[in-house]
Amino acid sequence: MAYVPLADQDDAHALHDPQSFVTKYIWSQDHKVIAIQYGGTAIFVGLIALGLSILMRLQLGFPDTVSWIDPAFYYQAVTMHGMIMVIYLLTALFLGGFGNYLIPLMCGTRDMVFPFLNMLSFWFYLVSVIILLASFFVPGGPTGAGWTLYAPQSISHGTPGSEGGILLMLISLAVFIIAFTMGGLNYVTTILQARTRGLTLMRLPLSIWGIFTATVLGLFAFPALLVSAIMMGFDLVLGTSFFMPAMMELGAQNDHEGGSPILFQHLFWFFGHPEVYIVALPAFGLVSDVISTHARKNIFGYRMMVWAIIAIGGLSFMVWAHHMYVSGMNPYFGFFFATTTLVIAIPTALKVYNWVLTLWQGNIRLNTPMLFAIGFIFTFVHGGLTGLFLGNVVIDVPLADTYFVVAHFHMVMGVSPVLVLFAALYHWYPKMTGRMFNETLGKTHFWCTFLGTYAIYLPMHYLGFLGVPRRYYEMGNTDFIPETAQALNANITLAAIFVATAQILFFINIFWSLKNGEKSGGNPWGATTLEWQTPDTPPKHGNWGEELPSVYRWAYDYSVPGMDKDFVPQNEPGEEYEKSAHHHKGA
Amino acid sequence: MSHSSTVDASVSGSSAPAADGVTGFINDWSADKQTYHVPWGKAMMWIFLVSDTFIFSCFLVGYMTVRISTADPWPLATEVFALSFFGSEPIPLILIAIMTFVLITSSGTMALAVNYGYRKDKKKTVILMCATAALGATFVGMQMYEWSKLIGYGVRPWGNPWGADQFGSVFYMITGFHGLHVTGGVIYLLIVARKVWLGHYEKKGYEIVEITGLYWHFVDLVWVFIFAFFYLL
Repeated sequence: MAYVPLADQDDAHALHDPQSFVTKYIWSQDHKVIAIQYGGTAIFVGLIALGLSILMRLQLGFPDTVSWIDPAFYYQAVTMHGMIMVIYLLTALFLGGFGNYLIPLMCGTRDMVFPFLNMLSFWFYLVSVIILLASFFVPGGPTGAGWTLYAPQSISHGTPGSEGGILLMLISLAVFIIAFTMGGLNYVTTILQARTRGLTLMRLPLSIWGIFTATVLGLFAFPALLVSAIMMGFDLVLGTSFFMPAMMELGAQNDHEGGSPILFQHLFWFFGHPEVYIVALPAFGLVSDVISTHARKNIFGYRMMVWAIIAIGGLSFMVWAHHMYVSGMNPYFGFFFATTTLVIAIPTALKVYNWVLTLWQGNIRLNTPMLFAIGFIFTFVHGGLTGLFLGNVVIDVPLADTYFVVAHFHMVMGVSPVLVLFAALYHWYPKMTGRMFNETLGKTHFWCTFLGTYAIYLPMHYLGFLGVPRRYYEMGNTDFIPETAQALNANITLAAIFVATAQILFFINIFWSLKNGEKSGGNPWGATTLEWQTPDTPPKHGNWGEELPSVYRWAYDYSVPGMDKDFVPQNEPGEEYEKSAHHHKGA
Repeated sequence: MSHSSTVDASVSGSSAPAADGVTGFINDWSADKQTYHVPWGKAMMWIFLVSDTFIFSCFLVGYMTVRISTADPWPLATEVFALSFFGSEPIPLILIAIMTFVLITSSGTMALAVNYGYRKDKKKTVILMCATAALGATFVGMQMYEWSKLIGYGVRPWGNPWGADQFGSVFYMITGFHGLHVTGGVIYLLIVARKVWLGHYEKKGYEIVEITGLYWHFVDLVWVFIFAFFYLL
């Protein structure tokens, strides 16, 4: 008989349950513990990035009131805020956190196929975070080159953090990519090779499809970032000229010659654009499951939802240069990349329609996760529509360096994924802890966050139209901007402080409910997917007790007519209702 | 997955007979069994290699870009990589030809090791894996010799006597990154060979030898591209 990996062992006795505290909670190979380690670390750095954004907003809203925010610190805060939020929070929390937690549970396996590598993934991630945060404590501080780290700015003398911060950033990114690769190989292989009996690819919950496709994107996109980090590191340390042209630096000729800054932009955005979808696709998946569960209705157009995820993933590798319209590229390229960019709107809009149609005539429960999920539809449509503006070259060129862009990408890949993260954290909290959270606190948290983010980002679109430039420490020779823009800036800052403060509600809620929350039971939402059918809540090591579950149906048998309850779990034997009704798969 | 053989047709809904072509492909992908009929380790190695392909592709594309965009002339490979023996005329690309031959040979010994592994011939498997590792180490050794020669000629990552600064930068970066892959492969081969010798895979099966082989062949294949783009063009 062939060797059976741990993930697929039917017999629970083959597992060696960790005994000591250290193997159980620290050097743990259990995907659930690793998920929580990933999640905790990501949220911790995310809070640092949130704090940095408040400091930036203080300077913008009330210039020069905080005396120690000088231009250098401002740029360092911009850079670290962006990098942490995009990579160390969102990527790590969606894939390292939710990917780790949900893949084995939703696929009906005992763990990832290679748990040891999975454990290493977290520890490498932690090291990358420590290296990143260490840059706050080196001479010159962290890099202030902007999160895109464009050369030659990033490694020129005089840029904040060029003494050591930029090197630490590059090393940290390289370590993060190694960590991601170790985890990502596990996620992809587990989903492809270790699904349980009866769980076909087209019966997978959309969460898994989103996480799967995003991980594949990551495995193909992060190499470009790794290569650009290595090349930039060589330019910095060895004095090579990959990206550095000959130029004057602090009044003197620099030591470089003949490098191509545009090459860096291409490499960076070949990673950077798929990265947007590395963050967005898991969000699409998770929100689909949250919406379907709380609308008590099957997801509308499941197959098209899957194909849309795959189509978006494929297209995301063909649009990167739309970030470079102002780099002086050939107009024909701009035409090509504008076209591919706008084509992405088709599968994306399809997903939005399907979410809305899932809600249509559903038996909607407006609880905290559902509120966050619906909030996501609003912010995502909003950010997506401004994306259509910026995808066109002629509109992008005047708007490229204004607050319109800041508002656009915060709406579409800042606020939207974060709302999904909250939806998902609330939704799966009972499974992770066995306790319910406090609904009132949760709903208050939602309304503060949702309305607050609109108070922040809606006015920014207007600032963008006025021509307020982004990444400026303060306004200088900008007479064309009316005085009132500053009043708006001050209001945005107040809203930002309000939203940041409101996040305390979330932490109070999850920590208070750990001890005092009502016991949730195994399946408080009446959900169909496998993770809600585990014998124990929270699931124990090995997840499934004595025998692995068998799957008999797709993930969305909600409100099936003629049934006494409004959901049928995936592991309940019997006819597959949705499929027999629509016969969309020939027998 | 282990239970695909015992699976109840009513559970899986995949009772259709095996089909070829597009239908077979669709049946395979829509079934509940493993998507690829290989052990998970092999699938994982393939996925890793695709990811690694992207790394080397980015390096090579970066190399092409800097080579096209630099204003200075690019040094001539036939002159830079020539070696003279006992006072003879310099022979172009001789060292690199030998290195390439050594590495391709190691792919052959690796393939034989995989073959003997599946025949459960422990002794021959270990000997051939060690031979592969030895050939790989020889390759790295010769690469170090080449590096030392070039350093002797004054080729540095930031400049060289003949032309574009990027020549040395790209050369050391790409051959160095590939050399690290070979070195890692040698270590990986020796670890697996030792475990084969100790009988770790008697029960699990010898797939691991093939997985190691996949990595090794990949590293060889990458070398072919580096050889073509760097030494021949």
